[in-house]
Amino acid sequence: MGAVINQLPIGLSIAAVLLLIALGLTFTFGQMGVINMAHGEFIMAGAYTAYLLQDWAGRQAVPVALPVAFVVAGLMGLVLERTLIRRFYGRPLDTLLLTWGVSLLLQQLARDLFGAPNVQVRAPEFLEGGLGVLPYNRLFIMALAAGGVLAIWIYLNRTAQGRRMQAVMQNRQLAAVMGIDTGRVDMRTFFIGSGLAGVAGVALTLVGPVGPALGTYYIVDAFLVVVAGGLGALRGAVAAALALGLLNSYAEFWTDASLAKVVVFAAVIAFLQVRPRGLFVLRSRALT
Amino acid sequence: MLRVRELCAGYGRARVLFGVSLEVAPGSLVCVMGRNGVGKTTLLNTIMGVLPATGGEVVFDGQEITRLAPHERVRRGLGYVPQGHETFPQLSVMGNLLVTLEASPHRDPAAVEEALEVFPRLKPLVKKRAGFLSGGQQQQLAIARALVTRPRLLVLDEPTEGVQPSIVQEIEEAVERLHAGGLAVLLVEQYLDLAVRLADRFVILDAGRVVHAGEAAELGGEEVHRLLAV
Ligand SMILES: Nc1ncnc2c1ncn2[C@@H]1O[C@H](COP(=O)(O)OP(=O)(O)OP(=O)(O)O)[C@@H](O)[C@H]1O
Ligand SMILES: [Mg+2]
Repeated sequence: MGAVINQLPIGLSIAAVLLLIALGLTFTFGQMGVINMAHGEFIMAGAYTAYLLQDWAGRQAVPVALPVAFVVAGLMGLVLERTLIRRFYGRPLDTLLLTWGVSLLLQQLARDLFGAPNVQVRAPEFLEGGLGVLPYNRLFIMALAAGGVLAIWIYLNRTAQGRRMQAVMQNRQLAAVMGIDTGRVDMRTFFIGSGLAGVAGVALTLVGPVGPALGTYYIVDAFLVVVAGGLGALRGAVAAALALGLLNSYAEFWTDASLAKVVVFAAVIAFLQVRPRGLFVLRSRALT
Repeated sequence: MLRVRELCAGYGRARVLFGVSLEVAPGSLVCVMGRNGVGKTTLLNTIMGVLPATGGEVVFDGQEITRLAPHERVRRGLGYVPQGHETFPQLSVMGNLLVTLEASPHRDPAAVEEALEVFPRLKPLVKKRAGFLSGGQQQQLAIARALVTRPRLLVLDEPTEGVQPSIVQEIEEAVERLHAGGLAVLLVEQYLDLAVRLADRFVILDAGRVVHAGEAAELGGEEVHRLLAV
């Protein structure tokens, strides 16, 4: 019983990081209909941003890095969208391969810039210690994800830009003939979605080392969250991230890391048999 | 106001339009007719920029718009109601109207009120998700949404298709009133009697070509019946 409780903050913070990653992925996927395989490298870019900022911000690197990493990863996503993804719109397989290539390139670039061995980012003093079984660093990550969800919800439902983003996701062609500049909306979506991955990367520095392959550990799980939660669906992403994060960490605790992956995969596949389009379906068209 | 000259378009290798020409004078209502699959929707989609033209030109207000993106055409005063009463299903009725307003050049909130005045039936539904409306209500929403941009030419693709009869009449009356108020309309319509009542001029398409065009008075003629008979 004690182990179950001890494992809970770990599971929840993994879920929180997955959620941040999956939120970005689900929106770029919902918007363009393609999986951006380089999304994981935006996580890595965010983590290295925190690492680099240590020289200047010292132990405050993590809080300082949050907005910086958002912009750095966001700009990377925007450039990728402008230069590659846009040109291959409507050809999802080509895009998958291309962005995978970009992902490998970025990992190599990180290896050249920062070296292959992992590096550490020191957590700020105020995140040392904890509340009982709840370490402050994990609590901070959960709060970050909660803040991210809230911000995205407000953006989508309370701002003109967010409404436009929803319109493009729900019916791109209609959005275009209603006067919406879909290209601009795509850019914005990529900026925000990739920026969230950068924030997730900063969060990850609080619970582990940073290496060039950091993104690859999370991208598959984030993809599973997107698929299980339903494309472009906020509530679905939250529920699926929680379920998968907890399942993953408990399965890992009771078995081992690779068996845990098998358990998670099996669970998602079983779930998709029941709900092939995920928890919440955004694109559902009313009967005509 | 709108001049389409020798327009060609298609889907990949399948050519659908073979040099279609037509003109909509300011304030007039032109009806495009033709059997299923002759290319009416393709024509409108090419005029709106959804499909690229492979030949010919589209001129609006004296300026060529053949290569402009759809949203740029909307900004110049084209309003489109695509076939099949399409909506943004997860947005509310108001959300559907606002998202169009926010993308319009004028952004005058009064335009939403004006559009709802055209279809008062929508007023109690503004908070509902568009996906939950009936087909007829969705069509009214689609027209109202196009009006929110205050277009100078309204392009309608079969606005009465798959809509319950009571609403067909409301839509017809609305189009008639808008036209009477000076709005130019390009209307695709399959019902001959509705076209006779509304149109100033008509164009009949067959297999991607204009096979007949003329004044509304000619619409009752034998030739027209032959061209539209299935
Ligand atoms: N997306 C598409 N891809 C390929 N071919 C298409 C596509 N849409 C339409 N077509 C073909 O183009 C031709 C013209 O279609 P279009 O939709 O313009 O006809 P329409 O006159 O609007 O018909 P309807 O009265 O049924 O609406 C048809 O032969 C159709 O099969
Ligand atoms: Mg059609």
